Amino acid sequence: MTDPLPSDLGRQLGLRDDELEMIRGTLGRDPNRNELAMYAAMWSEHCSYKSSKVHLRTLPTEGASVLVGPGQDAGAVDFGDGVAAVFKIESHSHPSAIEPYQGAATGVGGIVRDIVSMGARPVALLDPLMFGPLGDERNRWLLEGVVAGIGGYGNCIGVPTVGGEVRFAEAHSANPTVNVMCVGIAQSDRLMTATTHTPQLGSLMVLYGSTTGRDGIGGVSVLASATLEDGSEESRPSVQIGDPFAEKLLIEASLELIEEDLLEGLQDLGGAGLTCAVSESAARAGLGARLDLDQVPLREEGMEAFEILTSESQERMLAIVHPSKLERVREVCEKWGLATAVVATLEAGGDLDVSMAGEQVAKVPALSLTEKAPEYDRPMRPIPTDHDDPTFVSFDGDLREAVLSLLASPNVASKRWVFEQYDRMVQGQTVAGPGSDAAVVRVPGTMKGLVLSVDGNGRYGTLDPYLGGAHAVAEATRNVAVTGAKPLAITNCLNFGNPERPEVMWQFSEAVRGMRDACLALDTPVTGGNVSFYNESGGSAIWPTPVIGVLGSLTDYRLRLPSGFPSPALAVYLLGESFAELGGSEFAETVLGRVAGVPPALDLDAERRLQDLLHEAAAADLLASAHDCSDGGVAVALAECAILGGHGFAVTLAGDLPPHVLLFGESASRVVVSVAPEREGSLRGLAATRGVPFERLGETGGPRAVIDGMLDTTVIELAEVWEGAIPRLLGEKP
Amino acid sequence: MRFAVEVLVTLKPGLADPQGKAIEGALPTLGWRNVSGVRMGKHLRLELEAGSESEARTQVEEMAGRLLSNPVIEDSRILELREA
Amino acid sequence: MSARIGVVTFPGSLDDRDALGAVELMGGEGVPLWHADPDLKEVEGVVLPGGFSYGDYLRCGAIARFAPVMEEIRGFATRGGPVLGICNGFQILCESGLLPGALIRNRSLRFICRIVHLRVETTQTPITADVLPGEVLEMPIKHGEGQFVASEPDLDRLEDSGRIVFRYCGPDGDVSDAHNPNGALRGIAGIRNEAGNVVGLMPHPEHAVDPDVGPTGGQALFASLLSSVMAGAGR
Repeated sequence: MTDPLPSDLGRQLGLRDDELEMIRGTLGRDPNRNELAMYAAMWSEHCSYKSSKVHLRTLPTEGASVLVGPGQDAGAVDFGDGVAAVFKIESHSHPSAIEPYQGAATGVGGIVRDIVSMGARPVALLDPLMFGPLGDERNRWLLEGVVAGIGGYGNCIGVPTVGGEVRFAEAHSANPTVNVMCVGIAQSDRLMTATTHTPQLGSLMVLYGSTTGRDGIGGVSVLASATLEDGSEESRPSVQIGDPFAEKLLIEASLELIEEDLLEGLQDLGGAGLTCAVSESAARAGLGARLDLDQVPLREEGMEAFEILTSESQERMLAIVHPSKLERVREVCEKWGLATAVVATLEAGGDLDVSMAGEQVAKVPALSLTEKAPEYDRPMRPIPTDHDDPTFVSFDGDLREAVLSLLASPNVASKRWVFEQYDRMVQGQTVAGPGSDAAVVRVPGTMKGLVLSVDGNGRYGTLDPYLGGAHAVAEATRNVAVTGAKPLAITNCLNFGNPERPEVMWQFSEAVRGMRDACLALDTPVTGGNVSFYNESGGSAIWPTPVIGVLGSLTDYRLRLPSGFPSPALAVYLLGESFAELGGSEFAETVLGRVAGVPPALDLDAERRLQDLLHEAAAADLLASAHDCSDGGVAVALAECAILGGHGFAVTLAGDLPPHVLLFGESASRVVVSVAPEREGSLRGLAATRGVPFERLGETGGPRAVIDGMLDTTVIELAEVWEGAIPRLLGEKP
Repeated sequence: MRFAVEVLVTLKPGLADPQGKAIEGALPTLGWRNVSGVRMGKHLRLELEAGSESEARTQVEEMAGRLLSNPVIEDSRILELREA
Repeated sequence: MSARIGVVTFPGSLDDRDALGAVELMGGEGVPLWHADPDLKEVEGVVLPGGFSYGDYLRCGAIARFAPVMEEIRGFATRGGPVLGICNGFQILCESGLLPGALIRNRSLRFICRIVHLRVETTQTPITADVLPGEVLEMPIKHGEGQFVASEPDLDRLEDSGRIVFRYCGPDGDVSDAHNPNGALRGIAGIRNEAGNVVGLMPHPEHAVDPDVGPTGGQALFASLLSSVMAGAGR
């Protein structure tokens, strides 16, 4: 092989000098340009998790129902009845900041392919999003583009978007956070795991789907042989354009291939494209691969080897096929109009041996690209806690005004503007969709329901990252618990700034520590996830935002609890305990104008007892509705129960705390429930036995929303403010 | 002076064009098997008041870059600009 | 013997399975038909389902209308066979010329997924034969290009010949612009052809047959279709 390169080029690709030394040591020589491109892509933070692995390893990953934990394309849990639920969350924030529609769209495409490659049909999408304040035109442009992109892609491939979150913070201005979670269903015996499906020596690697172009070739374009002139026809664009129609065909073809048991392995092409798919598949099987780039169907002319190797063109999959099954694989793909190409053969020896035009253009041990990628334990420096607590600042403002301004706050207000752009009905299994605490999706052929929720409060994260991580798990699982379901496992998307900054690395490790403690206490193992670092520009980073996606199970979907008050003349109870806690609250930010203090304390044992109680009480048919308290505390929770259910309430909030603290404090582990009068005794008895404090607040009914001495208005007024807020901010008619 | 303008907006070369690809795939089913390289773009027509042709051109170029096209993924050019 | 209703799957069809499911739920026999196969398998009715055939690329339904199965369906329709086009199916029927007018982008320029109310304007179609004139049905819409447009003369002809089948309305049947989700001219949500056997509508009756997931306004329409077929509609 000719053409050794100076280390200067390695640096330009983002490789450190010691990483280059590692590469030289492994190869026993200087890497050539193609090998440099492969290492630069595979050892990037995004692909290798080199800064996060050491911390992620501390997370609990085992559980009775876990079928597949972290390490494969997605996690899987045993759902019973021979069904496996496959799920994962991923970020696509950086591309969305540049081209919001396509960035979000290709984010959906990528996570869906991860689910399909496990052998599952995608049945639900959830999207947690964070933007800067909507008063800024650019943030409105980002919101509109991202939502349109998620809808445009998700709707077209026929996967319902059933939940999500939209939050706003100045820290996310120009650095939107776009995470997408996908859930799929597979027959347990068809699940494509590394243990059930092992690629064999001599088996073929078949690339199918769309052709390969120069999509995503950004940083590695410094390796281009030709000199590029600005604006010339030869310029290498980075923006990836999604083709949801091609994705839909890809999904159907892939599921047919799996149904007919034709594959030894299946991997989607995402970050680092062909290099990643081939090296990971080979390395996992303890083998190497001989890859012939001439076989790759190309969209553009004159593509160089390093481009073909690292292209991130969308809608492509890599199947591992025994030669005897190749014909049938081709037939299935052809039926769906997809091109197929045998690009590699699995070999002994462990090397990824790449040729083009009859010449060897790269030769690298597959393991060195994957498992043997560097790992860093980066330095950390704690950020001192902000003791400027807003809880004890006296508040003389009008309480009704405060309630209304919280309902109108973008974090709290109805997100109908967003979710009406998503098809939540396709596939016909959505029992509860956006707007509910958790989505409930039926599993066909059973009476079961998948219960799904995503949560992540960056405001808590910036004030105390440990609590931010713990609360994210607690709140997400609580949202599942309030439907009466049992949370089974979680996936996590960790959105942070630059890990080379010790403060950021500290925030990350603290958030992981909080997540770990909560996952252990609540018995929800982590089955996988994603880390998105470097979310900052101009020296300002996003709030540390650990986002948790939860998968839970309802044995009978018909027994799901609604969030809103379903009828009049029910008793309203608050389960859990209230303390004087306004630190990091929506009230403090929106009404007092301060993000300060410490987030509410989290007693994980109390949380566990609460969630277990909800499950038991729901199974015993003791509850009419349940809705958890989060942003805006009890006041907002009660208002939402009335708006969603269509019935008002008359309650009293007792206690020595100042009224605004009672109304808007965000103490954790609290749920507002409504109970039929004849069930009250049983609920009280059960709660007492299970050690969950409770307080009877009042009753449901009538057109008014009354909190004795604090609020007296109509449900209609609350609804108008809550529904109209986001359209008004976008300059539209509600 | 009044000018009539036609602007063409196209995807930057090298970017994937799903619509062009779908059209290219459909043409053979109608009997045309000799077609390749289909790309789909947009054609805009407008009129504007400006002091001179060069002023009009400058203004349209700015409009094209800021609104009519998405410069991140699209190119634009003036097909025709004449006095109306 | 139950009615055999074919549901066509084009590349990109999404609601084909739900349409088959709705037919079966209401007592019919759902028969999957493939876009590339001109064999109609002796079905007695045809449904063109919702979705994004060919990604909605170029124009919605523009490519699907040339599928091999569509020639057979054209013949089936000419012979009086009942044909129901739902959402993308409606778009395909318009592109094919089997129904007049066209569906363009919603006036809000955004995709809308929402439960709406429809007023039944005529019972002279296979899917409304068993409902009452003026009845209000509840079912979802989910589309980005659902604004029905046609020339003024065409619209007048549709009105005068009783060929408007559904209009968007409020829960009490009030047909005003406030209840029009996409700007469709004259609030039109669905129309029929002159012979009355081909119907297109933008809302999704196949997503409105199961009380567990939403309203059930679609049950009456599928029930009508099946009983029309059993009574020999189009034979």
